[in-house]
Amino acid sequence: MNNIINDIRETARQLLADGKVDVVIGYEKGSLPLKATPCFVRSAQEVDRLIWDETCENNLASFVANTPGKKAIIAKGCDSRSLVVLIQENQLLRDDVYIIGVSCPGVVNKRKIEAEIGEILEATIAEGTISVKGMEGSKEYSFADVKDATCQTCRYPNPVIEDIHMGVTIEVSQSTPFADVIEMENKPDSERQAYFNQQMSKCIRCYACRNACPMCYCPECFVDCNSPKWLTGGVNRAENLMFQAGRVLHLAGRCVDCGACARACPQDVDIRAMNRKSAKDVLVMYHHEAGISETIKPALNEFSADDPEAFLVKE
Amino acid sequence: MIMGECQVKVYQPDTSAFKPKIAAFLCNWCSYAGADLAGVGRIQYPATIRTIRVPCSGRINPLYILKAMANGADGVLISGCHPGDCHYISGNYVARRKFALIQSLLKHVGLEDDRVSYSWVSAAEGGRFAEVVKGVTERVTALGPNKGVFKVDDGGAAGE
Repeated sequence: MNNIINDIRETARQLLADGKVDVVIGYEKGSLPLKATPCFVRSAQEVDRLIWDETCENNLASFVANTPGKKAIIAKGCDSRSLVVLIQENQLLRDDVYIIGVSCPGVVNKRKIEAEIGEILEATIAEGTISVKGMEGSKEYSFADVKDATCQTCRYPNPVIEDIHMGVTIEVSQSTPFADVIEMENKPDSERQAYFNQQMSKCIRCYACRNACPMCYCPECFVDCNSPKWLTGGVNRAENLMFQAGRVLHLAGRCVDCGACARACPQDVDIRAMNRKSAKDVLVMYHHEAGISETIKPALNEFSADDPEAFLVKE
Repeated sequence: MIMGECQVKVYQPDTSAFKPKIAAFLCNWCSYAGADLAGVGRIQYPATIRTIRVPCSGRINPLYILKAMANGADGVLISGCHPGDCHYISGNYVARRKFALIQSLLKHVGLEDDRVSYSWVSAAEGGRFAEVVKGVTERVTALGPNKGVFKVDDGGAAGE
């Protein structure tokens, strides 16, 4: 890890010193333990702020489109897929961004640890073990046990586009894609409905998921729209579901399943369950995965004459 | 006065039976004309649909469906031109991909299968339009009133 940090800093220093980029978007140590925070480095003297470890959980692609000038970005596998989608959607010029690719071993799910030992006071990460001191005791965790749910099923830990690669690439674990969605689909309707009811009653509609999402860049989100007024502003289960379902439908064929929404959620709502269902549908019906290649058209931007239409009424 | 009341009682239909309200989004060029043909041809079909004319099935925003359910519609019917017949060449092809995903997602979150129905009806298919409305009405009636997966308590009317 330390070598990668040094490489990142050296690359950033070179880029800034040569004037190739105006800003390097990366991670720095956050004010809370086990949490890195996004940082914008604008001069070569500042590059030592940059870090890279298992706490770098934000999707930095969310900041790229509204950062003016030429920029370099530190991109994990999922971040790079977001960048591909943004480039395809003309939110970003490929020439304006220099992608420093890093293969991502996954990020830590802080919440899992906090559930066991209370608020985290101190933490150190070394060689796959995380030693944490919390309000209610200390414990050592192996990284694999406290990996975020998104990262446990990650199939693209290595960047799909990059200008330079830091460190080694990671072997992709061969698991059945969307096993969790299939398990959910096989449950009876009432059970699924109960599950989503329970999840949606937790949501407080703070829109942290929307803000963390690199694909949610609409200048005016449908939830803020007054005419037509899609949502009344009341926080109840039904409206929360309408917001989340609306968001999922806007992200259909675009969501790269980086899990930034779920990690940003203060209420621990299973936001990914719906997004992954839609991603699975897109893969099964239209054989498309978002952000894998710049040349493949997004699923909802094209059509074919023999698309499935099992949803039609029988008359 | 007394006569009036008597007459009202005589002609009072049975209001206890559930008659669903179905929001029908019909494309201007085919399904709306199909509905028109059903009317001109005096073909009877249940008076359950509330027609909303849209320029093309591709114009239908997924939020229309969710909002209709949130405002208390018991069902939603969506109908456009047959694939290949779109007035705008490809509007319904694009819509078809959207609809498939919407249908699958709504089922996943627990909305009953028959609440939202999709069909292609051409301008020449007046009889078929009536059949579609009959079928959809039957299925929605069997499901009963909107069970509120998306329904907001005040019907979303507050503040509007």
